[in-house]
Amino acid sequence: MLDEGAPIFSQIAERLSDEIAEGVLADGDRVPSTNELAAYYRINPATAAKGINVLIDGGLLEKRRGIGMFVAGGARERLLETRRQSFTERYVVPLVAEACRLGIDPESLVALVRDSSPAGGGVRV
Amino acid sequence: MTPTISVSGLTRRYHSQLALDDVTLHINGPSITGLLGRNGAGKTTLMRIIAAQEFASGGSVRVLGSSPVENGAVLRRMVLVREDQTLPRLRVGHLLRAASWFYPNWSSGLAKGLVADFNVPLNRNTRGLSRGMRTALGIVIGLAARAEVTLFDEPYAGLDAVARQLFYDRMLRDFADHPRTILISTHLIDEAADLLERVLVIDRGRLVLDEAADDLRGAATTVSGTVDAVEKFAAGRAAWARRTIGSQASMVVSGVLDDDDRALARLLHVSLTPLSLQQLVAHVPGWSNSDPKENQSA
Repeated sequence: MLDEGAPIFSQIAERLSDEIAEGVLADGDRVPSTNELAAYYRINPATAAKGINVLIDGGLLEKRRGIGMFVAGGARERLLETRRQSFTERYVVPLVAEACRLGIDPESLVALVRDSSPAGGGVRV
Repeated sequence: MTPTISVSGLTRRYHSQLALDDVTLHINGPSITGLLGRNGAGKTTLMRIIAAQEFASGGSVRVLGSSPVENGAVLRRMVLVREDQTLPRLRVGHLLRAASWFYPNWSSGLAKGLVADFNVPLNRNTRGLSRGMRTALGIVIGLAARAEVTLFDEPYAGLDAVARQLFYDRMLRDFADHPRTILISTHLIDEAADLLERVLVIDRGRLVLDEAADDLRGAATTVSGTVDAVEKFAAGRAAWARRTIGSQASMVVSGVLDDDDRALARLLHVSLTPLSLQQLVAHVPGWSNSDPKENQSA
């Protein structure tokens, strides 16, 4: 369920972020507790807590004393903004590098991207 | 804060053989710590001395602030479950009742649940139990005791993969509700890796690694590709376990890799595979012989 390379706590943080980004966890939704995450992923509760803390520090989750952990207001929008900022580096640069290696020129690459995009999908940035 | 378990300069000699060689470690507060190493490395000896079931040749052990030797107050707050547990010849139900008198935090409810989970027969005499059932009974006692110091020494004899997973799940669940200091020795490392907060590795009686489990993830990586590319990638890093076949090579490099390293790997067309904890422990001799500082300057 978890891979070997990255620390588990950052994988937990990453998965919860993905759920927030996809809207599975909406603003104000309760997120699983440390112990629930530990039981589900079969990991140490301290590790699960560390993952949750990454998101609290990033302002994506907020703790409500005695009730649990919730998705902070505007978390999704802020998360998407951060991800858009790193999109070029994470996805475009390797894509272009591989295209060069394969001899695909930029115009053809743009055409390929357009053909692969769902009609009307995505947001303008 | 007084460490829960404090071991200083611990040495155990059997005639001419050194089973433990100057072991020092401290465990503070609730956590699940893994004690890893090959068979015969000294894991059992260390646990037995912590539990005052064996004497040290030198050095000191303190548990909950005091020496555990002949110290009833400490021994009641500590439980050791051993591989191939020897049990008093009693009916299982009676044995569990006796355990409930001994351990002040004993949970009958938990014991009952675990007995049902593992199908432990309460009316049988311990003498007639299979190996797996004896182990399961040890696990029931080890968890239901809710002892502040809980030591599990390879509690696997006769347990299949399903029963072991059940053990991990129950341990984790009860730990979440009732945190305590758990030290578990195992050679089934990959199975238990994600449960651990901290990892201790013993090799030939010496403590050779003491790290947070999270820091060990990705702490070493197998690099493979063409000989030239692999050598280029490994330049300036601590590397070992070099292997080649024809023009292909692989080696293990230590140090967490960053995005620049990954970009370099893509450029050189080398593949990076992080070592699992199991592989890492197997590589510990190479690890401790290679100079990690060399890597930082890279």
